[in-house]
Amino acid sequence: MSLMKLFGFRGGLHLDYRKALSTQQPIRVAPVPPQLILPLSQHAGAPAKPVVKVGDRVLRGQTLAQPDGYVSVPVHASSSGTVVAIEPRPIPHVSGLMAPCIVIDTDGLDQALPEPEWTPVEDVQALSPQALRDLVRRAGIAGLGGAGFPSFIKLSPGRPVETLIINGAECEPYITCDQLLMAERADEIVSGVQVILQAIGAPHCIIGIEDNKPAAIAALRQAAQRDARIRVAVVPTRYPQGGEKQLIQALTGLEVPSEGLPLDIGLVVHNPGTARAVWRAVRYAEPLISRIVTVTGGAVAQPQNFEARIGTPMRFLIDLAGGYVQAPGRLLMGGPMMGFALPSDTLPLIKSTNCVLAAAPGELRPDDDAMPCIRCGACQEVCPINLLPQQLYWHARGKEYEQARELNLFDCIECGCCAQVCPSHIPLVQYYRHAKTEIWAGDRDQRKADLARERHEARQARIEREEREKEEARARKKAQLAARKAETPTAEAPPAAAGAAAAGSDPVAAAIAAARAKKAQAAPSANADDPVARAMAAAQARKAEREAGSASPAAPATTGGDDPVTRAIAAAQAKKAQAAPSAGADDPVARAMAAAQARKAERQAGSAGPAAAAAPTAATDDPVARAIAAAQAKKAQAAPAAGADDAVALAIAAAKARKAARDEAVIGKDPTDPT
Amino acid sequence: MKRLSSPFLPIAPSVAGVMRDVLIALVPGIAVYVLLFGPGVLLNIVLAATTCVLVEALVLRWRGKPLGLFLRDSSALVTGVLLALALPAIAPWWVAVVGALIAMLLGKHVYGGLGYNPFNPAMVAYVVLLISFPVQMTAWPGLQPLWQAAPDALSGATALDHVRTQLGLQRTLSEIGSDAPLGLVAGAGWEWIALAWLGGGLFMLARKTIRWQIPVGLLLGIGLISLLFWAYDGDRYASPLFHWFSGATLLGAFFIATDPVSAATTPRGRLLYGFAIGVVIYVIRTWGGYPDGVAFAVLLLNICAPTIDRYTQPRVYGQRRGAPDA
Amino acid sequence: MLTAILALAGLSAAFGLGLGYAAIRFKVEGDPLVDRIDSILPQTQCGQCGFPGCRPYATAIAANEADINQCPPGGEDGVLKLAELLGRDPKPLNPDNGVAKAVPTVAVIDEAVCIGCTKCIQACPVDAILGAAQQMHTVIAAECTGCELCIAPCPVDCISMQPIAETPKTWRWPSPAEAQTA
Repeated sequence: MSLMKLFGFRGGLHLDYRKALSTQQPIRVAPVPPQLILPLSQHAGAPAKPVVKVGDRVLRGQTLAQPDGYVSVPVHASSSGTVVAIEPRPIPHVSGLMAPCIVIDTDGLDQALPEPEWTPVEDVQALSPQALRDLVRRAGIAGLGGAGFPSFIKLSPGRPVETLIINGAECEPYITCDQLLMAERADEIVSGVQVILQAIGAPHCIIGIEDNKPAAIAALRQAAQRDARIRVAVVPTRYPQGGEKQLIQALTGLEVPSEGLPLDIGLVVHNPGTARAVWRAVRYAEPLISRIVTVTGGAVAQPQNFEARIGTPMRFLIDLAGGYVQAPGRLLMGGPMMGFALPSDTLPLIKSTNCVLAAAPGELRPDDDAMPCIRCGACQEVCPINLLPQQLYWHARGKEYEQARELNLFDCIECGCCAQVCPSHIPLVQYYRHAKTEIWAGDRDQRKADLARERHEARQARIEREEREKEEARARKKAQLAARKAETPTAEAPPAAAGAAAAGSDPVAAAIAAARAKKAQAAPSANADDPVARAMAAAQARKAEREAGSASPAAPATTGGDDPVTRAIAAAQAKKAQAAPSAGADDPVARAMAAAQARKAERQAGSAGPAAAAAPTAATDDPVARAIAAAQAKKAQAAPAAGADDAVALAIAAAKARKAARDEAVIGKDPTDPT
Repeated sequence: MKRLSSPFLPIAPSVAGVMRDVLIALVPGIAVYVLLFGPGVLLNIVLAATTCVLVEALVLRWRGKPLGLFLRDSSALVTGVLLALALPAIAPWWVAVVGALIAMLLGKHVYGGLGYNPFNPAMVAYVVLLISFPVQMTAWPGLQPLWQAAPDALSGATALDHVRTQLGLQRTLSEIGSDAPLGLVAGAGWEWIALAWLGGGLFMLARKTIRWQIPVGLLLGIGLISLLFWAYDGDRYASPLFHWFSGATLLGAFFIATDPVSAATTPRGRLLYGFAIGVVIYVIRTWGGYPDGVAFAVLLLNICAPTIDRYTQPRVYGQRRGAPDA
Repeated sequence: MLTAILALAGLSAAFGLGLGYAAIRFKVEGDPLVDRIDSILPQTQCGQCGFPGCRPYATAIAANEADINQCPPGGEDGVLKLAELLGRDPKPLNPDNGVAKAVPTVAVIDEAVCIGCTKCIQACPVDAILGAAQQMHTVIAAECTGCELCIAPCPVDCISMQPIAETPKTWRWPSPAEAQTA
């Protein structure tokens, strides 16, 4: 290889790499575990949608879930077996939260689909870029470097690409999966590079490898000899050389624009593992069902690399590596600089799992308390992005997220250099991550609020329009009436529009007067016409009631006729006071409502309600007795409602009965339930 | 606290380590000091350092902070030692104690303790003492090397003092040059201590305890401006060499101005910060009312540090060149 | 004497003209303060503040007719932001208006019980409930503000508020500062 100019990058650190732990043995193919857990979201973007159901028998390579949206890729069965669950399971994520997974009990046959879902391609060069992208997508390939971005998107640049960069730097301590892959499967990587070059139409490729991996460098140089477009560039070993932005800067001297993509400067970066997966997908029609993973750390008996099925529980791999020699002090996914702690070793291997690190106690940094920042600036010196880490820290700590954003928080790559040199041991990266997720959450809330405002305003406008139209229709009608009246000889003015009508026999004036009178009437209860206002009033009434305590025996008789606000208040009061018959109400709906509410209150409180709930409910200790009582009460209530001869009331009663029956069933199931 | 976020690799540097390096770097200077001016300075160091640590402990307890964690960082010790070195070795004992009290209370803990003080605590104390007790604070010991019994030379003017008064008497520098308080390039004896500070400073640079920008900026600042005036009139304005090795220039450049808490933090900002301190030291020495101006210069620039930081932010990776500083 | 009077008069005239011009030239359209207050309010439109919606409350705050601590969904953060915007002292939420929810919630209709009465649809301030008379209704979760206004009108009590579950995608890193003091 000719001499190549290297540019280097700013900041960074020399670390204790501890890679020799896991490079003593070649990559070992791991057997199929008894159970596979396949999260539907192993990639950046929308989770895939399952296309199998519980109980289905699936074969190796079969699509289990299809992509949902553009930024999404499918999930395939890593082996044959039976789908036993599609449910939320803990996934390897720093939050420790659960996410939907497909769980397969394998049958040990590892039976492949009789026909792959697409045909293996002998003559790869004959394929169009579009066809290649489709295959890569169908194979479910998402970046194997760690970020898990769907690879087909990076194969669809939509603009000319100058250079493809293969990121073989692997600068994280402990991790050796790319190193061994490059050393052992260099040919497949180079073939994959050729496919990617074809898909993106780039004229050449640089494979960047740190100089602490001589075997990988030699193997790839050997393999790359068959293609003049591919160069292997050796870069100095310095963390975070494998950061995409840093490798690009080191190899080309260019900088990825802030909040931009490498594509913006005509570059596309892929991981060697991804290149290999692309080759296997196109040439052999193999979806991404396995990957190389480093299982290492002082707590593991024989640290090594496995080629393991996606979905394999981590504990299975650790056992293959000889199990624990001691209880691990900490379990990480990824490396110690950018990886995250795992709550347990039963989590599955996913497409972006490059390393499972089970560290012996004391092998990694202990949990210690942070001292105050002394502004020494060590963080600033090592920051490869040239940020001001200590300023970002002050803002993130003080919850001044906007200021942190202005100081380019989102250019931070979370490499951890700053926290690694901080003499005060401040968890700087966590502060930045905290600030980032808070800003994202704030943006989400803002978007939601904007949407709500928009929808509320649209609704207000609609209601106003409807009111106006109604008003106009009424005014027209009144005007017609007035005109007709003016024609008749009767001189008596209608009482409502007395003054105005007296003004003369002009029908227009009469109409105006009528409209005005109408408006005057409507004004006090103007917002009462708006069901939202009504509901708000009701909610407030309910709250007021709650605050006042049930001391005041409700006065449901205040059913003030046709004012909806008062009615809502009355309803709320009725509900609270359990006064079943909202006596004055001549509206069957209101009556039914009150009855239903009384019943519910009674059921919830379990206390003796007055009036309508005739059956004794005191025997709440016995669920059977309670169920009977409730059923009786229900019947007692249902009867008058049914008598109301109103379809709505009937429907309500029926629904109530249905719900009550179900609730009772639930209560009956659990006799220990204190309610 | 459970560590939730990466990085997880063991970490070497600590605040205590930084402070220990500073103390180690001070040893040669203190040794030369004792050798040439007698053991008086040691008493000051012991008094000031003890008071500082005691006050720190009391205040920490009173504020309900973890005592062990914060005492172990030795930052109070460093403040005490630096203050003691700034005091005349023959000052009465209570000067050191009062100074230490001021440094810890007014200089540090009223602002919230370690990491939160806007001013260099030792310099706050020094300036308060200088203004409150001018007599005690300007009586400096004369040269009395341990290997010479010269008990009569109890007190004398420093080189800066001497040059200042003599220039006021219309003598030229070439005439003053051979006077008793002056040595080869600067104050007799003091130039050797200064050299020892320089040595300690280089040690800290090598250990990456301090960054090069502030000392280099400071020495450049004072050097360039003195060169300018010296070249203009060598008889009225002292040489850069004289200024570098006189008074507290080198102690200030490596040990005082570099106090990270109160200094500027951006690389360019630190260069500018140091440079400005150098210039202000020169201005105070040449035209001001006090013989040395390191403490005032440092405090003045402490005030400016946040502004300097604001306007010297480095260009972030991927941001357009020439983009306005946010 | 006369010159002084003339000079002063002239100056006042000049300033008056300048101010008058500025008043016309830089006239502010609408009431930006109401907009800015409204943009801080969470837009749940729940009416807990005692006003029929967020914008009326914002208008009332701007007119100094309402205090800044009447919005439970906005929480203490919202009060702080309002205090900052208006230069007032922050104060705790007024308990008369209710308490802030620990976790955001969304309305869920028990579809087996719903009778299709459309009362909740009419009550929903953001049209987040779908359905027609005699048809089962459902809440568009993404658009529900969690205002709870649909709960009261429901004749069969088939609407309940469910906490919005945190997912790995919405999970937030805790601040180490809080972890340390906790």
